Amino acid sequence: MDFLRNMPFFCIILSMVSAVIISIMSDRVARVFSLCVIGAVSVMSAITFFYVAGVDQSYTYYMGHFPAPWGNEIRVGILEALTATIFSIVMFASVLGGMKRVFIDVAPKKRNLYYIMVDLLLAALLAMIYTNDLFTGYVFIEIMTISACALIMSRDNGHCLVSAMKYMIMSLIGSGLILFGLSMLYDLTGHLLMSNIKEVIAYNVANGRYELPLTITIGLLCVGIAIKSALFPFHSWLPDAYGYSTATSSALLSSLISKGYIFLLIKIMYRVIGMDVIVSTKIGNVFFVFGVIGMIAGSVRAIAQTDVRRMIAYSSVAQIGYIYMGMGLGTELGMMAAIFHIFAHASAKSMMFIAADGLSYVSNDSKEFRDLSGSAIKNPIAGATFTVGACSMIGIPMLAGFISKVCFADAAINAPTVKLVIVMLALAFSTLLNAVYFMRAIISIYRPVRDEDKGVMHKANPLFIVACIIFVALNVFLGTHAQPIIDFIFEGIDMFA
Amino acid sequence: MSKLKENYKDSFSQKFSDFMTGDLEVPDEVHPRKKQAKNNKVIQADEFFSEFTDADDIKRRELYQAFRNRKFMEWINRAYNIISVVVAITIICVLLFTVSFLPAFGDKDNPANNEVSERYIEDGLDETGAVNIVAGMILDYRAFDTFGESNVLFIACCCVLILLRNDDDEPLPDEDVVDFRRDIILEKAAKFLVPVILVFGIYVVLNGHLSPGGGFSGGAIMGAALILFACAYGFERMERIFSYKTFRRITFGALLFYGLAKSYSFFTGANHIESIIPLGTPGAILSSGLILYLNICVGLVVACTMYGFYTLFKRGRI
Repeated sequence: MDFLRNMPFFCIILSMVSAVIISIMSDRVARVFSLCVIGAVSVMSAITFFYVAGVDQSYTYYMGHFPAPWGNEIRVGILEALTATIFSIVMFASVLGGMKRVFIDVAPKKRNLYYIMVDLLLAALLAMIYTNDLFTGYVFIEIMTISACALIMSRDNGHCLVSAMKYMIMSLIGSGLILFGLSMLYDLTGHLLMSNIKEVIAYNVANGRYELPLTITIGLLCVGIAIKSALFPFHSWLPDAYGYSTATSSALLSSLISKGYIFLLIKIMYRVIGMDVIVSTKIGNVFFVFGVIGMIAGSVRAIAQTDVRRMIAYSSVAQIGYIYMGMGLGTELGMMAAIFHIFAHASAKSMMFIAADGLSYVSNDSKEFRDLSGSAIKNPIAGATFTVGACSMIGIPMLAGFISKVCFADAAINAPTVKLVIVMLALAFSTLLNAVYFMRAIISIYRPVRDEDKGVMHKANPLFIVACIIFVALNVFLGTHAQPIIDFIFEGIDMFA
Repeated sequence: MSKLKENYKDSFSQKFSDFMTGDLEVPDEVHPRKKQAKNNKVIQADEFFSEFTDADDIKRRELYQAFRNRKFMEWINRAYNIISVVVAITIICVLLFTVSFLPAFGDKDNPANNEVSERYIEDGLDETGAVNIVAGMILDYRAFDTFGESNVLFIACCCVLILLRNDDDEPLPDEDVVDFRRDIILEKAAKFLVPVILVFGIYVVLNGHLSPGGGFSGGAIMGAALILFACAYGFERMERIFSYKTFRRITFGALLFYGLAKSYSFFTGANHIESIIPLGTPGAILSSGLILYLNICVGLVVACTMYGFYTLFKRGRI
């Protein structure tokens, strides 16, 4: 057995054990240590990716001495490895870029606890990506929920506590629905392992057994995950949570946590229920409708904001809508576009949160547009990074957002006519709205500096610059070298089946 | 966009251009902080926390109340209550209806009675060495899930610490610290009960692989004993044997041992290497491989967490 096969296991165990070790460290050591762990996980995930791409087939890995339906196992395919790599790179840059702000926002005795949360979040994310067992998935959903809550409330003010409360209530409703769904699924199939459940479900569907409970189960799982990933009608917790918490938390929440749940949902669709059953239940149409409404409603609300962080948060609602719209098309092209948009949004949105934090740092810590005017001139690196992120979200060529929009349009052409018309109109209108609020933000940060503020130049923080460079490079890479990534996504989806 | 007209400020184009440049006129009362951010200086940490002063909060609360008291908001709130009840009842009915379609409870042909539980029951004793099949399942067959569960406990504990931890180093003023009063009845009762409860907890933990019980339940019993002791004799005497440092060290040691031991077993299992840990004779106290040691770890973590949660409610303790 190849030694490289152990890499995903090392990633998960390393991040879990390091969280325990951080608990006895001082805050300065803790942040360096946790950064090293995230960096090591990125490297190991990249190695896994190249290994899987080389052997060109997925493999399962026993967690213990017993084979699958009895013991636990994880499954490593090309899509899992690619997602893990991109997510850990985004996480590395987010933690790096927001490090100084964490130092200001989080009280001294709580800083090492903050990094425990970051490490366990990474472990949960990796385990959810690689898992081949639904119950393991549920355990790590719980870890992710709690750590996300802690990331929101670690900044000491009333807004954060209230938004953490909101997040917790919504998120626990989601967990509850997922748990109902899982227990019903276990009752119907007698298995927790993904591939075994799929076999039993295919047998049940062929014999016409348990049709109604299966439909309800799929509904419960999908609604539970939709609540947790803030699909349109369930997005009420999102703007506060993203708008008031510290910059790293916002970046991690928007780009990784909601995406981790969506990735699990995609896995459930392909590997647990089976795409044929999903298509026959028409759950995709529900996703499609709410996704399209979310695209428009999120953008409209974003225009009305006067606070830059809340504007980016409402823009996230719109982007989550894009992803669900792609999943709702029900075709492989649509799914590919959705997965690509997960990557594009993860790399652009975290970049915007980090850059917006750099901008408000030079404008007296205000997040209002009127106070931000001229901030990009005072802090040119943050300004440039913010602009790249905004352009990527609008869909300017050479950047990641453009490719995902092209993919959505491409997928829509092969869809039924009604969906084609709706997708094209929604894409056009939503892009226009995106352009309105992002252009406004860019114009406002690049206004000439007021006279009394002249001469107050910001001395750039090297960690922040490195993080910005990583983000911009990732975005440009996804935008210019999209074809191999798209091929890998197709290959990964084929491996799922 | 003719600025020559007198009412150009009300025109749509002027409003749009204000919006694009970020100059949108927002009424002062909606943004009470607007006046504050004038002079450009680097904000210190303590200033940063006080960004919402009391006056702002009061003003905001008044505005919110005024907003809520408006007539149509009342109607919306009322409709909201009714709709939420209707939605909840609908979901309950749908779920109840679904349950009637599920396989009957206790039927031998149920899908859940398959090869998975068969192997647990028939071969569990030989493969894990644990007489208590449940302990064998959670700590050997599906140990990865249980490792995740113990991390849930750990992260929940950290979360409570983030919420309740006392930020200042100096002790609280005297009037804030709740007085400890000696109670002779409680003391005498604790003297009898604490050792018994502790021994029983240890018994439940150590026999986790032989009889019902295990780390989680035994740890909870031990935690209860510690809490009773602290109630009866006060935190000062408790601090001599069990301080925050002990708490941190025990939790760290137990979780680290758990993590490393399980990584060893996962690694050897996945690479098909023979594990060097003997299973022993089933039924003996030193048997069933790692399960006994893992149970001890889980028991320690649970006991510390239980006691830790209790002390956190006493202000200024941790």
